[in-house]
Amino acid sequence: MATYDPAELPELLKLYYRRLFPYAQYYRWLNYGGVIKNYFQHREFSFTLKDDIYIRYQSFSNQRDLEKEMQKMNPYKIDIGAVYSHRPNQHNTVKLGAFQAQEKELVFDIDMTDYDDVRRCCSSADICSKCWTLMTMAIHIIDRALKEDFGFKHRLWVYSGRRGVHCWVCDESVRKLSSAVRSGIVEYLSLVKGGQDVKKKVHLSEKIHPFVSKSINIIKKYFEEYALVDQDILENKETWDKILALVPETIHEKLQQNFQKHHNSLQRWECLKKAISSQDIKNDKCGHWLELEIMLQYCFPRLDINVSKGINHLLKSPFSVHPKTGRISVPIDLQKVDQFDPFTVPTISSVCHELDAVSTNDEGKEGNEAESDIKHRTRGTQ
Amino acid sequence: MQFSGGMRKKLRLGGDQRKASYPHSLQFYLEPPSENISLIEFESLAIDRVKLLKAVENLGVSYVKGIEPYQSKLENEIRRLKFSFRESLEDEYEPRRKDHISHFILRLAYCQSEDLRRWFIQQEMDLLRFRFSILPKDKIRNFLKDSHLQFEAIPFADALDLFRGRKVYLEGGFAYVPLRDIVAIVLNEFRAKLSKALALTARSLPAVQSDERLQPLLNHLSHSYTGQDYTIQKNAGKISLDQIDSLSTKSFPPCMRQLHKALRENHHLRHGGRMQYGLFLKGIGLTLEQALQFWKQEFIRGKMDPDKFDKGYSYNIRHSFGKEGKRTDYTPFSCLKIILTNPPGQGDYHGCPFRHSDPELLKQKLQSYKISPAGINQILDLVKGTHYQVACQKYFEMIHNVDDCGFSLNHPNQFFFESQRILNGSKDIRKESIQPETPQPKPSVQKTKDASSALAYLNSSLEMDMEGLEDYFSE
Repeated sequence: MATYDPAELPELLKLYYRRLFPYAQYYRWLNYGGVIKNYFQHREFSFTLKDDIYIRYQSFSNQRDLEKEMQKMNPYKIDIGAVYSHRPNQHNTVKLGAFQAQEKELVFDIDMTDYDDVRRCCSSADICSKCWTLMTMAIHIIDRALKEDFGFKHRLWVYSGRRGVHCWVCDESVRKLSSAVRSGIVEYLSLVKGGQDVKKKVHLSEKIHPFVSKSINIIKKYFEEYALVDQDILENKETWDKILALVPETIHEKLQQNFQKHHNSLQRWECLKKAISSQDIKNDKCGHWLELEIMLQYCFPRLDINVSKGINHLLKSPFSVHPKTGRISVPIDLQKVDQFDPFTVPTISSVCHELDAVSTNDEGKEGNEAESDIKHRTRGTQ
Repeated sequence: MQFSGGMRKKLRLGGDQRKASYPHSLQFYLEPPSENISLIEFESLAIDRVKLLKAVENLGVSYVKGIEPYQSKLENEIRRLKFSFRESLEDEYEPRRKDHISHFILRLAYCQSEDLRRWFIQQEMDLLRFRFSILPKDKIRNFLKDSHLQFEAIPFADALDLFRGRKVYLEGGFAYVPLRDIVAIVLNEFRAKLSKALALTARSLPAVQSDERLQPLLNHLSHSYTGQDYTIQKNAGKISLDQIDSLSTKSFPPCMRQLHKALRENHHLRHGGRMQYGLFLKGIGLTLEQALQFWKQEFIRGKMDPDKFDKGYSYNIRHSFGKEGKRTDYTPFSCLKIILTNPPGQGDYHGCPFRHSDPELLKQKLQSYKISPAGINQILDLVKGTHYQVACQKYFEMIHNVDDCGFSLNHPNQFFFESQRILNGSKDIRKESIQPETPQPKPSVQKTKDASSALAYLNSSLEMDMEGLEDYFSE
């Protein structure tokens, strides 16, 4: 696979937008069957061009128009916004106050940097196979709730291109939801609360809501391998002190001693569980809750409410390219979430290279087949 | 609703019809009543409901809602006033009808200002909550069904406040609400509907107010004091002037204590203060002669010319005792009247300290009265919750060193009598209960059978309010 060089981006994008971007499927999605008049025409897109030039309120008359513009402008990044009351590209001609965002998909953005306080392997924009499990768990937990608790049917999960995942919920009724309800949904899905100044970020109530217990069951499947092996959260004093900060001081000394006696995180976790549920703790809550609270703090999804609540919020479009990594924002197959590997996601250079290779090897006739072949692989199975 | 002049028309329905019109012991008051009733009944129903809602308010601040003894005390009040509250074997038609009609009458009276609306909605909600809490489970289902409220499964977007905090179970996009949480939804619905209805009522008020039979009645209701009026001076002449200073610290409510202190310090009080304090003194037993002497002495200390006093002020004092002009015997102001009307301005000392004083100043005042810090905090909390009279009760409890004052404060003279009762024993001063079970020399409103005299009574007391002694007492 050719390595991606950001300097080549303009050329690569030219090729990508001419030969590979799936305009037909893209338009079919955003047009929603043409049931509502002008739904596509009133949709806002924003482009980020070379040299960080950012233009909002782009809108298009149809698929052909979209294609032409994208090929002409060659955007580095494409964002999708709301469906407005008027064509966004004419918003300046509209009477003040009349131009309003009316509908949009419900979206979620899960970003790895929000977990920096609980992952040891990487920080900020970096990701690796050890921490990617956080995304895996997040997708399982959130998608289950969206599907089973809320009854949402049309959910698209997309790799963001660098360090996270996005979810687009496209049900007709969902696109009409108010900002308040969107916020309420995020609130329902939130358990980890507090910033840097808060040590203990999860507090469970006496009665555990089914959403919480179902989420815990999902986390339990991954916890041992993710937290105790890959992240090794009880590896040494530096790391286990962070966990001790979440349990009552009365058992700190005993635990410090016990931890020294054991050799790995798995054993120490067992110690911890025993100590928590012992009589030594004068807690108003059952010790069992504490164990769950720790697991949740280390593993439960962290959502950015600002992305989800605003109807006019712009989010990176599926199939757009990430300028820094070159990776394409590809959909994630919900049946194969556990197998998804962000490091095997096609980059723009690799797909363009493949296209070149195919076109040179075979005659022009088969070039088209090769294109659609590459397109298929890029899209995954939807 | 139609109003007939004098004759009382009672709607006669057959048994089944009666049951059908009010199938449940509680209701949402969705449909206004459509019968004819007499003005007397109009008035008496309204006054009873005001009493009920006041009881709801008082019990609500004195006890924890939802458990004993709040539950049985409220039940007693409702029973006593003959309103509906529970399915029973007896014919519930009359109490339910009373409940229905009186609610709508009060909407007219209480829609007029933000404060009144808020108070009305709060008490009605508490009442509904109580009635709901004693509904047997099988009756709940029927009631909800008839009220066209759907509860088995609510689309999640309609139950935002319940699902966002994970208070309900969500499945397939629907929120499933346990029965006990249904109360919360019901009450919210009720509050929203009532609030809207009051706003609409306020808009159509001009039409109602143009009916001159109703206008004074409705005005009076929302400012009404429905208890003892303390015009009867059982103890006239039993107070001597030299006792007043000591009585002011021992047995006066803070509003009068502060007025007395200001009078002593400044040798003068402005109009509002003279009205409020003067009538209070009459109520505790000062005779006209004593009053004249009292005020004159003080004003002269303030370098007022004795002749000027005789010419200007003494006439007015005699007037307030009913010895001049119209010869109406003016009644001392109730707490409600003091709290709701004529707020004090710069240089005034009247009003209710709990209502009209800045919390900081109130705190200082209470400290100067040697109230304990804990007591002061409790009082300030009550003030913050706008429970001014309960705050005054707390003050009473603190200065008399009792746990429970044993009464529901509605009138400054009541404060005085209760205080004297504790300090002197109950020999001389009979406990004046707030509910006029004992016959009064002056017929109280609800016992009047004759429509015209009922209105006359109301009109006269209103005249007192509205005419004001402005003409006589202007500076």
